[in-house]
Amino acid sequence: MARGLGRYIVIRALMIIPMILILYTIVFFFLRVLPGNPILAVVGTKNIPPEQLAHLEHLAGLDKPLYVQYYDYLIKMIHGNLGVTLASPMGKPVSSYIALRLPATIELTIFAFTVSVLLGLATGVLGAVRKGTKTDTTMRVYSIVAYTLFIPWFGMMLQYLFGVKLHWLPTSGRIDPAINFHSITGLYVLDSIIQGNWTALHSVLSHLVLPSITLGIVLSGAYTRLVRNNMVDVLSQDFIRAYRARGVSDRRVLWYALKNAFIPVVTLMGLQFAILLGGAVLTETTFNWPGMGTFIMDRINYRDYNSIQGAVIVFALFVGLISLIVDIIYALLDPRVEY
Amino acid sequence: MLLEVKNLGVYYYTLSGVVRGAENVSFSVREGEWITFVGESGSGKSTVAHAVINLVPSPGKIVTGEVLFQGKNLLAMKPEELRKIRGKDISMVFQDPMTSLDPLRKVGDQIVEAMRVHGVDDDEARQRAKEILEKVNLPADRLDYYPHQLSGGQRQRISIAIAMAFNPKLLIADEPTTALDVIVQDAIMDLIDEMKDEGTSIYFVTHDISLAAERSDRIAVMYAGELVEIGTTEQIIENPLHPYTRALVESVPDLWKESEVRAIPGYPPDLRNPPSGCRFHPRCPIFKEKAELKGRCDVRGPETLEVEPGHFVACHLYGGA
Repeated sequence: MARGLGRYIVIRALMIIPMILILYTIVFFFLRVLPGNPILAVVGTKNIPPEQLAHLEHLAGLDKPLYVQYYDYLIKMIHGNLGVTLASPMGKPVSSYIALRLPATIELTIFAFTVSVLLGLATGVLGAVRKGTKTDTTMRVYSIVAYTLFIPWFGMMLQYLFGVKLHWLPTSGRIDPAINFHSITGLYVLDSIIQGNWTALHSVLSHLVLPSITLGIVLSGAYTRLVRNNMVDVLSQDFIRAYRARGVSDRRVLWYALKNAFIPVVTLMGLQFAILLGGAVLTETTFNWPGMGTFIMDRINYRDYNSIQGAVIVFALFVGLISLIVDIIYALLDPRVEY
Repeated sequence: MLLEVKNLGVYYYTLSGVVRGAENVSFSVREGEWITFVGESGSGKSTVAHAVINLVPSPGKIVTGEVLFQGKNLLAMKPEELRKIRGKDISMVFQDPMTSLDPLRKVGDQIVEAMRVHGVDDDEARQRAKEILEKVNLPADRLDYYPHQLSGGQRQRISIAIAMAFNPKLLIADEPTTALDVIVQDAIMDLIDEMKDEGTSIYFVTHDISLAAERSDRIAVMYAGELVEIGTTEQIIENPLHPYTRALVESVPDLWKESEVRAIPGYPPDLRNPPSGCRFHPRCPIFKEKAELKGRCDVRGPETLEVEPGHFVACHLYGGA
């Protein structure tokens, strides 16, 4: 069984490679189709002597034929090199930016993910247990509303309420800049705990609340529906009544039902993670969160091909990795899964 | 008397209306007997079986009546008290062996848990699990299997093994063989028979009257949520009184005779809005034949009468006005 699982993991991991390749190809050509280029974006005007423009393009390698550019970056990527920035500041390794920005996004997504799953489970189970009542309908409405909320609008509403009106929570950034704090891993929560810097931890957590709740609520809607429907389905099955008929307590029965209802939810988690990162881009811009999302938005304005390609590929790797983990959890959780 | 059910009524509160799943059901189960409930799907036979241990599935509710088990009303009991009886004094086996075991847990764990909830310690429960598995003719290594690794028949054996764990006073078997093929069916029936030999009363539910006739001491016939006839197996099979029971007995195909199988024309009524009077009258062949029954069968519900000792029927054809 362990060998089967090992094989399964390897195969699933290998499947990430074609996914990255396809994604790279799409991003590469889409970027080139966009009007403008990094040099023009930096210079900001078209009134630049053509020979000077040609020189700058030569420096950035943009004068080479497309297939050569495509091939060059691909080879670099395989060696773990994501190239250098093509727009101001020029010539910096893309990876240095990603090292700075990725932890911020990871931190945000972990918190948002937790919020979404917990909220989704709670509302879903409540709806299922109170099936056919007003509570059930309320949860259904919650699910649809949450699912259709537009992140920037919802984020701004929360900012206005809890930041501007009530002054309870900060509305932008990751930490109060006045606090003396030095990050090691880029994961501020982890760092401040390691360093025992409780003032920093308090500030970091309070900065996390609004963005992760915004993103978490929006993503919880899908879980609510799924958990509710699975739970209703599982609760109506004979084995649940069989448990009760054997004298098993209602609480334990509910726990067994939840475990069964949770399996399809695990599948959704893998899918949701990709949406989560997409949502993170919007959330980051709304809350001025210095993560991958704001980085990509910023670089798109500069048509910074290398940075965008690099960031998208790191995102894809991240999603691939998470869905791999999700699949492994799924396989371990459900004895019926063959691998 | 082991079990006495009095005036039981179960309604299902669905979105499209109140379904009167069972009404005015009264009967009793004696110690050590095998009683079988027969009827079509939707006749209320399973509903009553579930109501006996207060496990009517939502949106069903028990609206009237009491269930006296050894003199105590199960329906008025605190959940904690009832929990002590479920699985210990009264066990239940369900219809679909594919869904009546938790797919995520090893069958051994499920058997052991069934004993542990009633205070048996872990080691003893493991030991006993092996023993009862042997009783249902399964090798002990099946304890480490997940339900999906077993066949339907094997799973039903596991369910019966769990039901046997405490040598219960009453076994409620809700169509335990319906989803199985005939050979396996017979083996499962044998196991239930063995339980009866050890003193367990069997409360068996089936739509198959020939299966009912095989091993039961008594048969109860349900139609449209009501108990229409009850008596010893001999009385019901040899001398069916209610027109519905007669039709049911005649509907059994006989391998050795060339007579045609007679189906019962019409459909069971919609229990959201059951027919007035006797619920069987729209399908009753005798009602159609005899003009003088008009104004009786279609107006007033029949009373239950004891026509011969132990043989009860609810039909206007018997007993005076």
